[in-house]
Amino acid sequence: MKPTGRELTYAEAIREGFAVALERDPRVLLMGLGVPDPKGFFGTTTKLQQQFGADRVMDMPCAENGMSGVMLGAALNGLRPVLNHQRLDFALLAMDPICTQAAKWHYMFGGQMKLPVVFRMILGRGWGQGPQHSQCLHSWFAHIPGLKVVMPTTPHDAKGLLIAAIEDDNPVVFIEHRWLHHIKGEVPAGHYTVPIGPARVARPGRDVTIAAFSYMVLEALEAAQTLAEDGIDAEVLDFRSLRPLDQGLLLASLRKTGRLVVADTGWSAAGMSAEILAVATESAFGSLKAAPRRICFPDCPTPTSPTLSAEFYPRAGHIAAAVRQTLRRPPSESDLLVPAGVELDKPNPAFTGPF
Amino acid sequence: MIATVENPVAARTELSVRLLEGMVRIRMVEEAIARYYGDQQMRCPVHLSIGQEAAATGVGLALRADDLAMSGHRSHAHYLAKGGRLNEMIAEIYGKETGCCQGRGGSMHLVDLAAGFVGAVPIVGSTIPIATGLAFADRQLKRDRVTIAFLGEAATEEGVFHESVNFASLHRLPIVFVCENNLYSVYSPLHVRQPAHRGLCELAAGHGIAAHAGDGNDPLAVHDLARAAVDRARSGQGPVFLELKTYRWREHCGPGFDNHIGYRTEAEFLSWRERDPIATFEYRLRQAGDFDELRHAQFQDRVETEIATAFAAAHAAPYPAGTTLLDHVYAQP
Repeated sequence: MKPTGRELTYAEAIREGFAVALERDPRVLLMGLGVPDPKGFFGTTTKLQQQFGADRVMDMPCAENGMSGVMLGAALNGLRPVLNHQRLDFALLAMDPICTQAAKWHYMFGGQMKLPVVFRMILGRGWGQGPQHSQCLHSWFAHIPGLKVVMPTTPHDAKGLLIAAIEDDNPVVFIEHRWLHHIKGEVPAGHYTVPIGPARVARPGRDVTIAAFSYMVLEALEAAQTLAEDGIDAEVLDFRSLRPLDQGLLLASLRKTGRLVVADTGWSAAGMSAEILAVATESAFGSLKAAPRRICFPDCPTPTSPTLSAEFYPRAGHIAAAVRQTLRRPPSESDLLVPAGVELDKPNPAFTGPF
Repeated sequence: MIATVENPVAARTELSVRLLEGMVRIRMVEEAIARYYGDQQMRCPVHLSIGQEAAATGVGLALRADDLAMSGHRSHAHYLAKGGRLNEMIAEIYGKETGCCQGRGGSMHLVDLAAGFVGAVPIVGSTIPIATGLAFADRQLKRDRVTIAFLGEAATEEGVFHESVNFASLHRLPIVFVCENNLYSVYSPLHVRQPAHRGLCELAAGHGIAAHAGDGNDPLAVHDLARAAVDRARSGQGPVFLELKTYRWREHCGPGFDNHIGYRTEAEFLSWRERDPIATFEYRLRQAGDFDELRHAQFQDRVETEIATAFAAAHAAPYPAGTTLLDHVYAQP
């Protein structure tokens, strides 16, 4: 990508992606509780209703399940709707329309109908989001044939993947981490897409592959920087698309490094990190020089209190420590030190970008 | 359209004859499925509509060809009444490549887009919001079509029913919710599922939409209710809920009868059989002098041939090749 010097936050990039899609195609429709409200969905939908009209940028009843079905019908009958959920946890009320209906519609009716619909979900974290505002269940959706699932990390990818999702003729689950909204990065103006599928090399390296998802890409990049100071050259892969999953990039990286650490934003059991490990061991077993490691949530619901939350969320130091293990290096006491002034239940002030 | 300004009485007679024929055709198809089901070649669950033909037929003849409909697990009658192709339906039940879903769906997933039958699925209530979305898109895109959401009374217990009716009411969508109340959800009677002191129409009325109950075994009464509801919805006056009281004759799922297992009495079944929508309506036509023996016999012969042809074609058709297993998981650009 040629540098443009045009910098936006992730939230601004999402808003711009919506504006481009709404401008280009009159069939695009935004719906969701609070989409037109004064807070503008964390700044991602601010004033879109004033710009595009109340019949294209709409609030809705508090009815996630029913409205998901309504969006399917709208998509079958000529619209390209995006249904927005302020937390992924609310979208769980709609598992039937998403997984049992949308994911199967094209297949079970013999390929006659297309279902261009986007289910947009935001992952909460910190400041007491607690057990029911921070569930990272991207692996649930990635499990289902017929869905596409994306989880962009950078502002550039957020806008490009959002437009790609809206233009796709299949149901796409679009997942954003709340702690990415303030991140800045280069974003080209106007229309462009980032294709759904390919992963991204966030940092090239030779010694170890760190496969990361969403917000954990930022923690992985910080870990890579720390490790570089100790002469360890880590490659960080950003799996911005979970389904389809870019197995080729993972395997190419493993053939080079022979070592793997996966950093997920969710739980480990039957999750995306397990899927990455399965791909690695099934298809690159001979390249592996050490047992792969996973950095995931501990096996308990998300706690609320800041002291428990600090224990719950893995961070760059955990990734660095796992990398040292795969390289059979001694542990570093500094890995898990918390710098003065850093509060772990708020976004790391060091992560602002540009990325 | 059947109604003619010139001779409304003749038009009414012709409508009645076509209602009878529509019901007879559905029953003959369902009875053929029941007859051959034991051959073990229709390898999917079937939920037969025998006893409930009047509701589908009455609504179907109140629609324009380009109007839309969706349904649930017991959808054969709705599909046929909306104009769905018989050959594709039978082939689909046989799991053949020529089926309406190329063998990916079966009896519980009928579709005929050319006829405006947008699909049926067996998760109770799941097509109610999808049908509401069809109506929403038609409104957004300024088309004057009406959508019918066929549902059973148990679907009114699902949250999505209320979420959909609320949304349809809020935006005055061009949709008619046609609820066939056959008193049972599988083997669970209505009285263990809903309070007896509150009717189904009250549920819909509570969401601020028009709601009417009628005899679901009287095709003319159904047609008149549906016609008024469809006209109202099309003219922008908002959605309508219709409760059509009727009764399933055969077992919940399969070709046989299930009165003997003890969830309903033989006496109850017989009392509803007395109210057979076809026999009672034929009797009415005869009494009125509107029953044409010859025309009816010729009609039945034609349907007999149509059914035989559909079953023969389904038998002769190839199964989808195993190599096509992974086709259609994703729509290609």
